[in-house]
Parts: sequence; C-alpha cells; structure tokens
Amino acid sequence: MSEGIEVIIKTAKAVREAHDYSGTAPKVASNKVKKTAPIRLKSLLSDWGTGAIIPLAVLTVWQLAGSAGLISPQFLPAPLSILSAFAALTASGELTHHLGVSIGRAGTGFVIGGIFGLLFGVLTGLFRKAEYLLDPSIQVLRLVPHLAIAPLIILWFGFGEVSKVAIILSGSFFPLYINTFMGIRGVDNKLFEVARVLGFSPLQKLRRLILPAALPSMLLGLRLSMAVAWIGLVVAELIGSQSGVGFLINEAKQNSNTEVIFVGIIIFAVVGKLIDSLFRIIERKLLHWRDSYQG
Amino acid sequence: MGEVMLSITQLNKSFDTAGGQVKALHEVDLEVQEGEFITVIGPSGCGKSTLLRIVAGLDTGYSGSVTLEGANIAGPGIDKGFIFQEHRLFPWLTVEKNIASDLPLNRPDIRQKVDELIELVKLNGFEKSYPRELSGGMAQRVAIARALLRNPKILLLDEPFGALDAFTRAHMQTVLLDIWRRNKTTMIFVTHDIDEAVFLGNRVVILEPRPGKIRKIVPVDLPYPRKKTTNSFQEMRLRVLNYFEKVDELELTDGAGI
Repeated sequence: MSEGIEVIIKTAKAVREAHDYSGTAPKVASNKVKKTAPIRLKSLLSDWGTGAIIPLAVLTVWQLAGSAGLISPQFLPAPLSILSAFAALTASGELTHHLGVSIGRAGTGFVIGGIFGLLFGVLTGLFRKAEYLLDPSIQVLRLVPHLAIAPLIILWFGFGEVSKVAIILSGSFFPLYINTFMGIRGVDNKLFEVARVLGFSPLQKLRRLILPAALPSMLLGLRLSMAVAWIGLVVAELIGSQSGVGFLINEAKQNSNTEVIFVGIIIFAVVGKLIDSLFRIIERKLLHWRDSYQG
Repeated sequence: MGEVMLSITQLNKSFDTAGGQVKALHEVDLEVQEGEFITVIGPSGCGKSTLLRIVAGLDTGYSGSVTLEGANIAGPGIDKGFIFQEHRLFPWLTVEKNIASDLPLNRPDIRQKVDELIELVKLNGFEKSYPRELSGGMAQRVAIARALLRNPKILLLDEPFGALDAFTRAHMQTVLLDIWRRNKTTMIFVTHDIDEAVFLGNRVVILEPRPGKIRKIVPVDLPYPRKKTTNSFQEMRLRVLNYFEKVDELELTDGAGI
C-alpha cells in the first residue's frame, strides 16, 4: 500500500521537476510517465531486494543441483548442508568462540595500524618537512604486498598473537595513512584564506577547518583499512594458529570438511559486510552536510 | 564620519609572472573616513581586488604605506572583515555555526549577537540549514553576518554580488545599505557594475588598468535611500560612466585575477 503511494509521489515529483524546465517540459514529462511500470516493480522489490536477486538465484540453482546429485558434496556441498554445519557449529559454541578470537585480532591490529596511519597521515599532511622525511619511505613500504612480509613477521615473532596482530596492522596502516594525507592536502585553499581573515589560531585551523574538511577522505581510509585488516586476518590465521575463523577453515580443509570451509568463508563475508555497513552508517551520520551526487 | 579610518599613500604593488614583472598598482593614494562607504570600480586587471587584499592583509610585498586607524596592517585579522566573491562558508556547519565559526555559540553574549545578526541579514528560520540548502544570495548574507559578528573596523567586499542574478543583486544592495545604516561600519566595496557603485557609495573610486591607478574619485552626493530611476541618479551614473569609458575603452585584458 505505502509502496503504491510512494510510486505516485515519485511520479508526481518527476513530473513537477520536468515542468521546471518549461521549454522541454511536455516531452520530458511524457517520458517520465511511460517509465511508471518499471518504477513500480523496482519499488516493490526495494533497493535491498534488487541486490538480493542474483544471490537468491544462484542459491536456488545450487541447492537444486546438489539435491539432484549433480555435484559431489565433497567438492561443493549444497546450501542446506552448509546451513546445518553452521547450526551445529553455533550450537556447540565453537563458532562464537572462533569468531570472537578473530574479531579481537582484527580489531587490535586495525586499531593500532589505524592510529599510526592517522597520526602519520596528519603529520605528513600538515607539514611539508614531515612529508619529505617520511612519505617516500612509507610509499616504498606500501608497495610491498603486506602479506609477503608475513613469513618474516612469523620468523621474528613466532606463531603467537603478536605476529598475527603485526600482520594485520601492517596492512591496515596504509589506507588510512594515504587517505588522511590526501584528505588534508585536498582542503580548499579558499577556506584557508577565510581562516586567515577570521583570525583562526593554528589549533583552530586544525580543528575547525582541516579535520572537518578532510573527514570524508579519512572515513574512506578507515573503511579501506578495515577491509585490509579483515584480509590480513585470514592470512594470519591460516598460517599456524589454534583458534579463529581462519583456523576453523584450515582444520576443515585437513579433515575434508567442505561444509565448514564454506561456513568460515560465509562468516568472513557476512561479518565483514556488517562491519562495513556500520562504518557507512557512521559515515552518513557524520557527513550529512555533503552536497554530492547520490546516484 | 570625521576620523580617518584607512589611509593609503603611494601604494605600489607588482607581481612576478612568467613574462616578467607586472605592475598591479601604481602610486595609489586614498583616505577613507570612518563610517564611509567607498565603492571601487574599474575594468578587469585594474588591480581592484589586489587593492582590497592588501588592505585585508592577505597580500603583502608592496611599497608605500597602508594604515588602519594609524597602525600599519600586519596581516589578516578580524578587525578587517572580508567578503569574497563566493560565499566561502564551511559546508559542514549550519548557518548559525558558520556565523559563529571559531566562537562558542553556547556563550550567551555570542548567542545573542548571532541571533541579532540573523535578524539583521533576514535569515530567520534558516539557522539550522546547511550551506548547500541556501541560495547564492542567502549564503552571501551568512558570510556578511559572519564578518559582522567580529565587529570589524572596516568591511571589505570583493565583488560580493557578482555571481548573483539581477533581482537578488538589487535586494542584496538594499540589505547591505540597511546594515551600513544601522552598524555604521566603514565599507570598501569592489565592483565592476557602475549602477551598483553609484547606488551604494559615498564616493566612487575609478581605477584604470596597466598599471592600476586611480583615475578619478567621484563623490556621490545623493541622499539615501537612492532610487536608480531618478534623473539625479542617472546623471551621476553618466558622470561616472564618462570617466570609466575614458579608461582605454574597456579593453579586454588578460591575466585579470578577479
């Protein structure tokens, strides 16, 4: 019912907008009216529903093929058997335990790497001298795939928690560093003139101008850092660990327990997406003042 | 009026460009009385923006002397309010927070002054709006309120209404005169619109380009509020236009930094 009303409102709005350009109004308006049918379909499914079409179709075909015995369960277990493996792991409390350990590691690495990234980014962004001193070295390190140094980190710190956190933080440092630096350097010079005319102190310039203006970039860096931390986590846990979702996958691989591998992969995907969504909500809350193309 | 607010003597300013030195201002002398409304007019490249930026303390490296209430201008500051051609509001702050900017809005005296200024620039109801939600004229009024909150000794306006449509521009001129009448702030207003210059100013300073120097200062002894349709206004306009047209027939100059 409400969706129907929405369609009416949308159409009315489209017509009204079209009429604003009086010259081309009749032509544009008729185009908009013709589009009513697809709009209704779209709003019925809603934006979320549109995104679910492909996964649902894949799942259905997959399950049907599995039930019909077309695919070996060793090779590709059907969705429902993955679901039951998931239920069993949840019921035993194993999954919660491993997920908790994984999130703890990723979080620790992300926070430490992020803090350093932010700190260095602010420093090099604000001061040309710091940029000349630090940025070339950081750029060289950035281009080394952080997973390539994982064996070295393990050699240095062993198989304990330290090396896992080190692998994660070595990855999550860079996105936040670069985006903070770029964000600060991207602040409109005209606003700096305003800050001069209004007599801002250096600290006020940082707090009232540079940080708010660089915030969109910094939040993007935060999200990218989070994603890299999540990837680093998998690698860290696949290389010799006794707990965590990565360990769960590795162990399942050794026992040829394909369902559990899928459970682990899905957990990584879902939790990663949830965390990313959380960041996006924060982003939207903090950046509601932006006047940019919304798609 | 009476006291000298701003004194400019033998001001020279050159810019280094790829093609060598370009003289932007040549031996400019100007005295502005307290409470006076000066309009500066001239074709592109006559150095009118440069003149204003020097008074604001934004541009340095000139010869000659520029003093505000007898003191040399050391740099930009809140005693010299500056309105740019674009509003240059902070996009992440609401109207009232933009006006306050670095001053705490929760301090009762600031709160009260901000409210008064919102009233003065007629933006009631838009206190909590963001710059993206404002029209060009509204945003420029916020910028004016932001400058006025700091009680500037002088307000410098660099073609502030240049980007506005004719109707909004006329409205803004009235609003600005209203503010001037109430606050008695000394104003220097740069424009390339002759009507605007004659409508607003006590005196119209006509600059000529290459090098930028004062051709003529025309006192406009018409009472406020002025009406653009009256004969006396049109006569005054023609007088200014006469001087203005002598400025090498409005040649198009390149390298004009508006």
